[in-house]
Amino acid sequence: MESMGLLRQDLVVRDLEASSDQGAIEKLATFLHEKGIVKESYINAIMEREKVFSTGLPTGSIGVAIPHTDVEHVNEAAVAIGILKEPVPFTVMASDDDKVDVKVMFMLAVKEPHAQIELLSTLMGVLSDPELLKTISEAPSNRKVIEAITSVL
Amino acid sequence: MKKILVACGTGICTSTMAAKKLETQLESRGLKGQFSISQCRVSELSFKANDFDVVICTSNATGTYETPVIQGLAYLTGVQMDKTTDKVVDALGL
Repeated sequence: MESMGLLRQDLVVRDLEASSDQGAIEKLATFLHEKGIVKESYINAIMEREKVFSTGLPTGSIGVAIPHTDVEHVNEAAVAIGILKEPVPFTVMASDDDKVDVKVMFMLAVKEPHAQIELLSTLMGVLSDPELLKTISEAPSNRKVIEAITSVL
Repeated sequence: MKKILVACGTGICTSTMAAKKLETQLESRGLKGQFSISQCRVSELSFKANDFDVVICTSNATGTYETPVIQGLAYLTGVQMDKTTDKVVDALGL
């Protein structure tokens, strides 16, 4: 299945330490750049975009954010998963200044959205499953994170 | 045929997720074939929205137009999705 290939153990970062949404995004985006998944311009672009179009989602006890930016900054389609050591507040998507404490970040490197509809659908299934989000946030290894997600595919 | 426009910041990511979910929801209500869904950036709404029967937004809507706007976050989180679909169906008069 296509979406399995985009979810990679080596793109999971657990115990991510950050004191703000911008800090958390910068760390994970820099990581994606080091992996060659995105161009250097992605880092700045995704941080700026978050200020204008915030991506925090009030998904229940485990808050989620799905930072992403335009396709031209992406080399290869992938999803990085960042699990924050301590949750940090993100602005809720489509709100002016509502905040949600985010524990899990799904950072999207989208190349061709319509070709990746399967991945986006999968992700949506994860976002709307509080139990699964809890499992992901507490997973003891990167492998367990990916296994938890692929178990619902 | 009712025309739905789903808008987000880039017009490709969360609008794709929301559009897919919305399509499934409307079809499960037996409305298949009675609607079409397009996507755009919120920045394009000011000149596109008036051609549609309803706008679903996953980002803050901008611009002024007559078309009713419904917040589409529910299609990403799954929270109160049925309620949002009720609003969409109402707005479309289906």
